[in-house]
Amino acid sequence: MGITMQSSTKDARINTRSIEKKEESDLVVALVGNPNVGKSTVFNALTGMHQHTGNWTGKTVSMASGYVKAYDRGFCLVDLPGCYSLFAHSREEEVARDFILEGNADAVIVVCDGTCLERNLILALQILCLTKNVVLCVNLLDEAKKKHIEINLKKLEELLGIPVIGTTARKKKGLSNLLRAVLKIKKRPPADVWNLPENAGRSEEETAREIVRHAEEISRTVKNEAGESAYARDRRVDRILTSKAFGFPIMFLMLLGIFWLTIEGANYPSSILSEFLFRFETPLLQFLDFLPAPLPEVLVLGAYRVTAWVVSVMLPPMAIFFPLFTLLEDLGYLPRVAFNLDKCFKKCRACGKQALTMCMGFGCNAAGVVGCRIIDSPRERLIAILTNSFVPCNGRFPFLVAVLTMFFAGSGSVLSAVGLAGFIVLGVLITLLVSYLLSVTILKGVPSSFTLELPSYRRPQIGSVIVRSVFDRTIFVLGRALVSAAPCGILIWICANVMVGDASILKICTDFLNPFASLFGLDGVILMAFILGLPANEIVLPIIVMAYMSGGTLTGMEDLIGLKALLSANGWTAVTAICTMLFSLMHWPCATTLLTVRKETGSLWWTVAAFLIPTIVGFTACFLVNTIENILL
Amino acid sequence: MQLSSLAPGEQGRVTFISAEGDMRRRLIDIGLIENTEVSCLGRSPLGDPSAYLIRGAVIALRDSDADTVFIEREG
Repeated sequence: MGITMQSSTKDARINTRSIEKKEESDLVVALVGNPNVGKSTVFNALTGMHQHTGNWTGKTVSMASGYVKAYDRGFCLVDLPGCYSLFAHSREEEVARDFILEGNADAVIVVCDGTCLERNLILALQILCLTKNVVLCVNLLDEAKKKHIEINLKKLEELLGIPVIGTTARKKKGLSNLLRAVLKIKKRPPADVWNLPENAGRSEEETAREIVRHAEEISRTVKNEAGESAYARDRRVDRILTSKAFGFPIMFLMLLGIFWLTIEGANYPSSILSEFLFRFETPLLQFLDFLPAPLPEVLVLGAYRVTAWVVSVMLPPMAIFFPLFTLLEDLGYLPRVAFNLDKCFKKCRACGKQALTMCMGFGCNAAGVVGCRIIDSPRERLIAILTNSFVPCNGRFPFLVAVLTMFFAGSGSVLSAVGLAGFIVLGVLITLLVSYLLSVTILKGVPSSFTLELPSYRRPQIGSVIVRSVFDRTIFVLGRALVSAAPCGILIWICANVMVGDASILKICTDFLNPFASLFGLDGVILMAFILGLPANEIVLPIIVMAYMSGGTLTGMEDLIGLKALLSANGWTAVTAICTMLFSLMHWPCATTLLTVRKETGSLWWTVAAFLIPTIVGFTACFLVNTIENILL
Repeated sequence: MQLSSLAPGEQGRVTFISAEGDMRRRLIDIGLIENTEVSCLGRSPLGDPSAYLIRGAVIALRDSDADTVFIEREG
């Protein structure tokens, strides 16, 4: 078999070591499959969802591993990234290939999509050329049935010479047989496994063709399809969602709808939460009275207050946005977005899959940066990484919503949603512009080739949507924000209360930044908040509020009316609001994202670029707005 | 003729692939070899890329890539 080791990614090595057997007799079982075959569903169902690690796209971007005990045996399951082939193209595929080639697994479960068996068999046959310890899992049998596709699993087993198990992972059907089959082949290795006929002179490409032809032959033998109509519904839906007339309007309305639901839905829970959390402030202060001053104040008015703010401002929108977004993902809509937008990216000499990584960026830019692994060309991957932060992540869009609502939309959540969608569109346009500029300067090159699968539409599993969006995403992102919120709260309290001469440290810092910041329509406090917000964007608004409040005491901060009064009293105008929002959309990425860029690119230089590019664009935009305002008024 | 000139709804059979390097590999891996049946399902709103049905899967290819796949029109 002509599969050669070209390079072994560091990633695979590091991750391999992290797979720890609990007992010597434990079996390491790798799950491999094409993208979108429900591989992660199989994995989650087997391991009982004991892992939730950055599985953002619905794709596994790095390896997740889990442990399960069955039939008196321990199984370490490793969920490899989805791949089409072992002849690696993308970094994701490299990880999967290297894992199998290095012989890390005692057995491999190849997960196939029952509705698309022929294409899936190509990968299965490639793997069979490397190892005999394979179990084939034909998943999505319910979808296949709906499409009137019948697969003769017995015959398939005969032809391949390995155990073939039919499953419907989302309904947990057939899964227990999988591990039993793994045990069976470990006890008695299958004797008569399919393999390529010996032919020494065959080139690597000839091997690949041979495998494709075999997959076709096998599929023809075992599959029984009731006519072409099987995929008719998908085609009908695609004709609307990707049509000239409706493709773009639907995309925009979908964006608008999600934001409207998020803003409208989060409003009420947000104020309840904030009222509830701030009710504890005074009792907490009294309770901690035994501590030496100023500790109670540091802890309560610093750490607790900022934390409470972050929770009440961030939690409700996330808890609504993430499930809605995961729903779209599960439906299979996102690849259509990439399909619709690809020409724009091509014009900017970038990859259409960048649209997918931008979608991931809505949730979290760090996740978006990791997601860039799905892009094959290193040049286009770098472009996607460097521009990802132009999509406002969940840490930033509640901030945008709050400012929009206060200064422009009144109480109309529709207006806020429209304004926010407008900002997102601006972010997309800037992304395209910067991608183009990068392509003609430091990342010179022409667009590379591109293949994008448009998977079947699937009914989302509501249970898993909620679990994934709440546990994987909401808690993960919120947790990270909280970790930086409390220390930052303490820092800002100290800065606001420790006096040097006549002024607090905070005042000295903000006064220092003021002349510079005012060139860009901001003020020292705002700029300082963005600087302190480096660990997590979520804390920018709380810092601004605390800094302003330290000048005097203000109550009634639970609602936006009180907040607007506070901001206006500190000199905010509509232009300040616009510049602050622009700067929020375009400034340095948060620390986590920068660290992720460092890890993904392996280069300090690109990390610096990821910091500078959005910052320069943001300062330029704010400067323009502010200057135009100064000239006009 | 080239795959890119297949109109939505039309079908063809691959005769020759002129792509080189990575793209050639990629096309073979998704099952696009000589004699493979392909049909064009539709174009994206801006006219490029187009969606093709290849071995039961729907794959989007840019015109510039589909230009490297030569086909014979069928039925």
